[in-house]
This record gives sequence, C-alpha cells and structure tokens, in this order.
Amino acid sequence: MRNPQRTEKIAFFFLLLATLLIVVPVGLIIVVIIQKGAPAINWQFLTDMPRQGMRAGGIFPAIVGTIYLVSGAILFALPIGLLAAVYLSEYAKDNFLTRIIKLAIVNLAGVPSVVYGLFGLALFVVFFKFGASILSGALTLGIMILPIIITASREALESVPYSFREVSLSLGASKWQTIRNIVLPNAIPGILTGTILGLGRAAGETAPILFTVAAFYLPQLPQSIFNQAMALPYHLYVISTQVPNVDEKIRYGTALVLLALVLFMNLIAIIIRYRFRKKKKW
Amino acid sequence: MRKVKEFIIEKLILLCGLASIFFVLLIFLFLLKEGLSLFKIISPFKFLLGDKWYPISEPARLGILPLILGSVVVTVGAAVISIPIGVGAALYIAEVAPLKLKEVLKAGIELLAAIPSVVLGFIGMVTLVPWVKTLFKLPTGLTALSGSIMLAFMAMPTIVSIAEDALYSAPKTYKEGALALGATRWQAIWRVMLPAASSGILAAVMLGIGRVIGETMAVMMITGNAAVIPTSILQPVRTLTATIAAEMGEAVVGSEHYFALFAIGIVLFAISFAINVTADMFLHKRR
Repeated sequence: MRNPQRTEKIAFFFLLLATLLIVVPVGLIIVVIIQKGAPAINWQFLTDMPRQGMRAGGIFPAIVGTIYLVSGAILFALPIGLLAAVYLSEYAKDNFLTRIIKLAIVNLAGVPSVVYGLFGLALFVVFFKFGASILSGALTLGIMILPIIITASREALESVPYSFREVSLSLGASKWQTIRNIVLPNAIPGILTGTILGLGRAAGETAPILFTVAAFYLPQLPQSIFNQAMALPYHLYVISTQVPNVDEKIRYGTALVLLALVLFMNLIAIIIRYRFRKKKKW
Repeated sequence: MRKVKEFIIEKLILLCGLASIFFVLLIFLFLLKEGLSLFKIISPFKFLLGDKWYPISEPARLGILPLILGSVVVTVGAAVISIPIGVGAALYIAEVAPLKLKEVLKAGIELLAAIPSVVLGFIGMVTLVPWVKTLFKLPTGLTALSGSIMLAFMAMPTIVSIAEDALYSAPKTYKEGALALGATRWQAIWRVMLPAASSGILAAVMLGIGRVIGETMAVMMITGNAAVIPTSILQPVRTLTATIAAEMGEAVVGSEHYFALFAIGIVLFAISFAINVTADMFLHKRR
C-alpha cells in the first residue's frame, strides 16, 4: 500500500506548488504594476509638481525628496557601517564583547520600522530640535540600514583570503596599511552590494519617515536639510488612502516609479555579486 | 607620526564597532524616556489589559488589549499561511530544484523581499481587498484575513532564505548516508535533512513572524483599522504598529496620547528583542 516512489512524487509536487505559490504572485504583482502604471509614465509625470490636490500633474518633488533622504542616509551609514565591519572582521576577538555586538546588529535589523519612526521623532525631531526635516529623516533611515551595510561588508571583508593579509604583513606593512591597501580593495564588490541594498531599503520604507520628515504636500522643493520633504513611498500612501478620487493611473504610475527604483537597485546588486563570483580568482 | 595616525584610526574603528550597541541602547532609552511617563497616569496593568482604546475622548481610555489581539489575529493568520508554504519552498529550493532553476527561484524570492511594504499594501488594496469582499460577501474587504494574506508574503522571503540556508549547511553526509541505505530522496529529506536543520528552520519561522508583527504600512492600508476586540478574521482589526503610524501625526508632543504611543513602541521593541535573541540562540546552536 505504501509506495515510497509515489509518496515522493506527491511530496515533490507539493513542494513545487509551495514554491509557485510564492513566485507566481510576485511575478503577477510586478506585471500588473508595470502594465497599469506604464501608461502614466511620461516626462511630465516625472518632472512636474502635483496639481489639483495631487489628482493631476507629476511626482517630481516626491522623487527629489526620496533622492535627498537616501543620499543622506547612506552618507551617514556607509562610513560607520564600513568601519564597524572592519572592526568585526579584522580586529574583533572571539569574546563576549563581539558576541554582544553581533547580537546588537541582529536586533537593530529586527526593530520594527515604525519603532524607528518613534525613535527618530523622540531623538532627532524633539530632543535635538531638528524638527521634521530631511536631516531627521535621513539620520533615522541611516540607523535603520546600518545592519544591512555592516553585515554585507563584513561578509565581503571576511571572504578575502587570509594569505593576502599574511603576505602584506610579512612585507612590513602595518595592520592598517594591510586593511587599506589589500583587504578593502578586494572587498569592494561586496561592500558595494550591501550599500546598494541599503539604498533600496531606505528608498522604500515609509514608517520611519512618517513623523520625521514626510510632508503631505509641499508647493516647492526643499531648500535646505532643515526643511520637510515629500517622499515617494509616503506619497503613494497618501494618494492611495488619504486623498479621495485620485485617478487609478496616477496611483499605479507612482507605485511603478517606486518599485522600479527599488528593484533596479536590487538588480544592480545581484549583477555585481554574480559577476564578482564568476571573476573571483581565489 | 604614522603610529599616531594609525592609533587614531584604530580607535575610530573600535568606536564604530561599538556603534550598533550604542544605537540599540539609544533606541531603547528614548522609547523608555517618552513611554514610561504614561505609567505616572495609568498603571501598566490597565494599559496592557484595558479593553478600550479611545485616546482622544475625555477622559482618554488607553487600553491596548484590542490592539494586541488585533496584532495576534493578523500574525497567527499570516503564520498559518506562510510557514507551510515558506518551509515547503525552502525544501524545494534547497533539495529538489535543479541548480539553474534554484538560482532563478532565489532571485525571485529576493525580489519579493525587496518590494516596499507600501507597494504591497497598495496592491493588496486594489486586488486582494475587493476579492475578499465579494468572496465572503462582506460589507468591507478591509479585514484581518486580507492583512494576514498580504503579511504572509512579507514573512515568506525571510522564512525561505533562512530555512534554505539552514538546510544547505546541514552536513551533506547525512543525506548521502540515508540514500546509501536505500531511502528515497523524499525520505532522506523528510526524515533526515529536516530534523538536522530543525533549529535553523525554527529560527527562520521566528524571524518571519517577527517581520509580520513589526510590519506597518501594508497592515495599516488593508486591515481596516477598527480598534475593537476581534471576534472573527473577517472583520476589520487594528494592530499595534498601525496604531502608532496612524495616530502619531495627530498626537500632541508631551500629551498622554503621545506617551501611550511610545509605550506601544516599548511593547513592540520588547517583542522584537525577545524574538531576535531567541532566534539567534537557535541559529548558534546549529554551529
């Protein structure tokens, strides 16, 4: 009665089914957004201000705001994240402190995004009195993407073979010279991958910017880092839930721009990683 | 001179190494600083178990039990959907799929992880919500069920990638041994590989659930946001995260409503901390 071959066939069928249940909807989501969003995309949509209470016109200020926020976040997170990765890969010993640092990174990655929003509000907006501003939002996003950058950079640094370091040290280079001239250059693709993934995450998150920077609507572009800004993900939220009677086309168009931005960055990261793996000489 | 420069650089590196600890503590401290003020006004017991959330009525009722139960309902629903599918897909990708397909599937799942939650929320609003409404003949499709389905898609990438990793790093010799003894591939996977990777898979499931509990935008857009104690998955609910996101914009800095939202933040932080520390223990047990 129990036929192991048949059981195997049935089991493998269900495993395949489970996989398809994830992959097919993802494909559909992307296809639908492209199909319904593409007609909205034109030069005017990308470069014009929103008009008629965001029911017409473009999304230019939201794009600009997101670029500012993402640049600010990476400017803050990349140096700290990279040096933290250098510490973990080159200096840290296998001790209690290292264990705690790793646990802190895991926790930082797991903190809910809306809690980052609260934190940014309490620290940057209220305590440091930056107000709701690009500075507050960028710093909040920067701390949020820190674990992504640390983890990816650390992996990249650790994958540089130990012998490279030994050769450099044996030639009389100091530890820092070895790191700067040998380890870091060989880890650049991995660091780049992590940075781009961090950028993508920062561009797509809404909850951390809700109370720290995001503006419902602004008639002009932000003038300084102490101004509020519009941002793509928040704009999508606003026009799909807060403003009635927005043309479906505009909603899909905004979703497409945001999705394209984020997926494009991820695609670049995947390509860099893939090419690097192929080219790897060791 | 160079010695001094290197000394400074190395201290800087150490400082950045400690930054993660610093930031976690900073987040916790600032949540406490703002949130604990609430407990001068009402007791933690009344806050956690009070069954009415009317933050702007006079006097305000600040019981978060409906919100906790809202989060629980949505999370349990998402777990029921995402765990079997996620673990199944991880098994398929790690053990069954041919190499080329494997790479494609992994990339597809990475793409899912990359889609911003506000985009998933939007897609849920325009597709899933109307389906649920007509399918169950409800007055509104903004229900806990819709939220659970959408959130399941956010948990699955986490579950699949970590579980796949756990299966991949289980010793290959186990499987070879089972196959050599005449087991079919499925028997080897089900009876040998799955138990061998069980602690990693458990960690994957926990982290997936952690992602669901902390998810904000999609859940706020499609669960209907009614702060009442849920009695069925086919009615609107409001989660802890959505409450913060929806109300903080209107709360006056320094008001009891403001403090209460931070107190909810403490609850969320504590939950995610517990989940991450436990999952990390399971992941380390494996090594």
